[in-house]
Amino acid sequence: MKFGVLRFPGSCDEVDALEAARRVGDAELIWHRDRDLRGVDAVVVPGGFSFGDYLRAGAIASFSPAMESVIEFARDGGLVLGICNGFQVLCEAQLLPGALLPNTNLRFIFRQVHLELVRRDTAFTCAAPPDTPLSIPAKHAWGRYHAGPGELSTMEANGQIVLRYAPGENFNGSAGDVAGVRNEQGNVFGLMPHPEHAVEELMGGSTDGLLIFESMRMAVEGARA
Amino acid sequence: MRARVLIRPKAGILDPQGVAVERALPALGFDGVENVRIGRLVELDVADAAQLRPMCEKLLANPLVEDFEIVVE
Amino acid sequence: MPDSATLPTLQDALALGLTEHEYELVCGHQGGPPNQVELAMYSLLWSEHCAYKHSRKLLRTLPTEGEHVVMGPGENAGAVDVGGGLVCAFKVESHNHPSAVEPFQGAATGVGGILRDIFAVGARPIAVLDSLRFGEPSGERSRYLLDGAVAGIGHYGNSIGVPTVGGEVYFEGPYEQNCLVNAMALGLAERGRLVRSAAAGPGNVVVLFGASTGRDGIGGASVLASAELDAGGEDKRPTVQVGDPFEEKKLLECSLELLDRGVVVSLQDLGAAGLTSSASEMASKGEVGIDIDVGLVPLRESDMEPYEIMVSESQERMLCVVEPGNVAEVLGVCERWEVSGTAIGTVTEGDRMRILRDGEVVGDMPVRALVNECPLYDLSPERPSAPLYPPPAPAPAAAGEPGAVLLALLASPNIASRRPLFEQYDAIVQSRTVRRPEEADAAVLALPDGAALAVSIDCNGRRVAADPYRGTLAAVLECAANLACTGALPLGTTNNLNFGNPEKPHIAWQLTEAVRALGEGCRALRAPIVGGNVSLYNEGRAGPIYPTPVIGMVGRLPDARAAGRLGFAEAGHRIALAGPFAPSLAASELAKLRGEPLPDGLPGFDLDALVAVIGAVATAVREGALASAHDLAEGGLAVALAECCIAGGHGARVVVDPGGVLETALFGECSGCFVVSGEAAALDELGDSVPLTNLGSVGGEELAIDPAGGDEIVLALADLQAAHGGGLARFFP
Repeated sequence: MKFGVLRFPGSCDEVDALEAARRVGDAELIWHRDRDLRGVDAVVVPGGFSFGDYLRAGAIASFSPAMESVIEFARDGGLVLGICNGFQVLCEAQLLPGALLPNTNLRFIFRQVHLELVRRDTAFTCAAPPDTPLSIPAKHAWGRYHAGPGELSTMEANGQIVLRYAPGENFNGSAGDVAGVRNEQGNVFGLMPHPEHAVEELMGGSTDGLLIFESMRMAVEGARA
Repeated sequence: MRARVLIRPKAGILDPQGVAVERALPALGFDGVENVRIGRLVELDVADAAQLRPMCEKLLANPLVEDFEIVVE
Repeated sequence: MPDSATLPTLQDALALGLTEHEYELVCGHQGGPPNQVELAMYSLLWSEHCAYKHSRKLLRTLPTEGEHVVMGPGENAGAVDVGGGLVCAFKVESHNHPSAVEPFQGAATGVGGILRDIFAVGARPIAVLDSLRFGEPSGERSRYLLDGAVAGIGHYGNSIGVPTVGGEVYFEGPYEQNCLVNAMALGLAERGRLVRSAAAGPGNVVVLFGASTGRDGIGGASVLASAELDAGGEDKRPTVQVGDPFEEKKLLECSLELLDRGVVVSLQDLGAAGLTSSASEMASKGEVGIDIDVGLVPLRESDMEPYEIMVSESQERMLCVVEPGNVAEVLGVCERWEVSGTAIGTVTEGDRMRILRDGEVVGDMPVRALVNECPLYDLSPERPSAPLYPPPAPAPAAAGEPGAVLLALLASPNIASRRPLFEQYDAIVQSRTVRRPEEADAAVLALPDGAALAVSIDCNGRRVAADPYRGTLAAVLECAANLACTGALPLGTTNNLNFGNPEKPHIAWQLTEAVRALGEGCRALRAPIVGGNVSLYNEGRAGPIYPTPVIGMVGRLPDARAAGRLGFAEAGHRIALAGPFAPSLAASELAKLRGEPLPDGLPGFDLDALVAVIGAVATAVREGALASAHDLAEGGLAVALAECCIAGGHGARVVVDPGGVLETALFGECSGCFVVSGEAAALDELGDSVPLTNLGSVGGEELAIDPAGGDEIVLALADLQAAHGGGLARFFP
């Protein structure tokens, strides 16, 4: 199992994602100008401020050569995880529905948040034990999830809402408390909280983020078996 | 009346957004692009157009780093 | 400035901040009146900001050597050995005056500048801390400055991917018109990888890389940083620099890759005074000359004069010296990171700094005179005979029963939770953060070998104003105590001396006393000064700021897993007070809330005894003997107990012996005392080496303080949390 973690100029959490992925498999960085995804089994689009978040968060990165390959990879059913800025990139690239807007209080906020796992039967959450809320840090200024009129209910009907902020935890004003969504096919998943920052007991006490990477490993290896 | 205020970085002030976009466009095949400056547009209804200028100076623009242009319809 | 065809006059030199005597010295070094480029460069390098002309003699008295010191003052940042083959480079720097003019960009570029100092020595930045001072948050302008500065620090640090792990903020009237924004950064490097800034090898090429050069901050260093702020602040606006963390992120990766490849001889960042300062300092340290062709510098505005190019403070730029055979590789690395790189000059034999434009010499100066021969001034310290500062305005809530006073203190701006501020900072990127803000008295960052760094920044300016010597010593001890609460012992110290106008005798006295205490404190703690910064002339219309020698201290603990916490951990644990408890309300937070004038002097203490207590607590924490440790600071014992309850989510029941006056015992302040909790046997063992008083035990949903013989104070945990959590939050709706 090999993860490829994209790296754009301005990425910040790519090494954290790389190290988190290495807890469950192999992982390597892929430079944004590189079209060759080097046979990875899953792609992580990491957090940070790609291209300074200038113009719109994720907008410039979504046109990178590596992203062209990721779009193809996703169309072929490859697993793609977008974290924070990576989620924004995937929305800009139209691999995921909706858009991320500035937090309602217009501030960058870093907070450990509790999340409700809406679905455990996805390639990104299948390793989760039942009925446990997750504790994962979130940190962003543009995390307010927005979907067009009717789109959110369609997504709900399709089972595309995977994560919600627990009651009282939705600090960014996301529609329907949505914290993470997947595409219709179920192979692309984006979330604002940072699972790669909840993988080590020593750093803040929660290892809940690890289950996302572990789920992806199980999904890839299950498909292969 | 309807008014539009165009706010852009002052000449000579570094515009990091403009620089980033200017570098990104050729990569998408748009050549021959120079001097990209990114500002913002404020649209508003006002009763007294004479208030627009002080509004801009006090709040809508930051006179330290931005110029503004008022267009009244 | 006059037309470049005519030579500038003495009047121009005075307008640029030189004295008549200094101008005459310049004429002597130049063999006649300097031209425009030369005068602009001398005026910057001979400004207080660059030459430290009122502080250098004092700074020479500070201890700068020790067993852990790898690089001392004089480079972009100092460095200490942290074990495992790694060194930690760190430094604090001020951006006070730019932040007073434009708080967002001022603070942002302050962070950008200190980060460049760190990677200029070859270290990867791993953390930022900030130290902020504003007027009372009830004032609209103070809130505007605070809001802007915090957003600016967050914008830069968050965007570049360096966690902001700690800091401090105080609100006091004397900072109303002259806020302080100090930023500290730490970086890690392999021991052999540190690079110095001295240029070497005549014939080598000087390469400028990073952002293009515009008219940002022209004259900033001499006009903005060395004159008192006055009503003309608005007019100085066009010289503000705009920060671009995205550019700096690329610059950082590009610089570290250049060092990895071993293709640069030396590296230097462009900070205050831009190209003038970085190029001349490289030449001076390397005892070589340098030619710079300003015609080759990439410009944002094409019509810039040579002197403007030389003094521009455009951000996100670096300078390196490269052997001719490596220039192509250097430019290739720049290209990969989408950073513009240009050869703009040459290292030469001799002692001349020459500025050229398209081959024509437009400035020619002796390097040594330019960099090292600015006259240094002696201070004329004089202890003031009358109070320098008006008494603070009283806060009506600080009266009544001790329980009400405790709640008022917890909600007061200097004690209330900083969560609304630090929540705007990414504290965890890079996955090293073992203790987040409000989890421990110091930030704790894991090292690859299982050990950890602890870092703290502190200074209570009001106490320094009351007693510059003891107040400064208290700030040094406070930092060491913070480290001790996580189990760390100090490795080294950095400092930022924020003072008023040193040409005034009473400010000179504050500065002299503070530096004396800084030296003594750092010697006693074996925490030598490895670098720092001085910011003088911090005065507004109403007078000088409180003298504020901000101390930043870095320590190490052998096992990151043993890092201490401040919150009570478990019901049933015993609570004790460690250290020689000698509380005093002099210059305390309670005295301030009551509007009492500053006392003339603080009570004395036995420095060596406090250092021993701090060491014993650090040892107990790192051995895992204590469940929590928190040092007594603003608000004294009662506030410390409340903070331990709030952080741990546990109540406590304690008995306090009032000794003399109950209020003094509860809210009086002193150095070198700790509230610790844990198993009774472990506390007893700590009591064998330090003075220890058992106070009570952890448990329940309330803090109950029983003053032997007096009325019990009982406050619900929820009420403590509401007061502490709401004090600043109400200003951030």
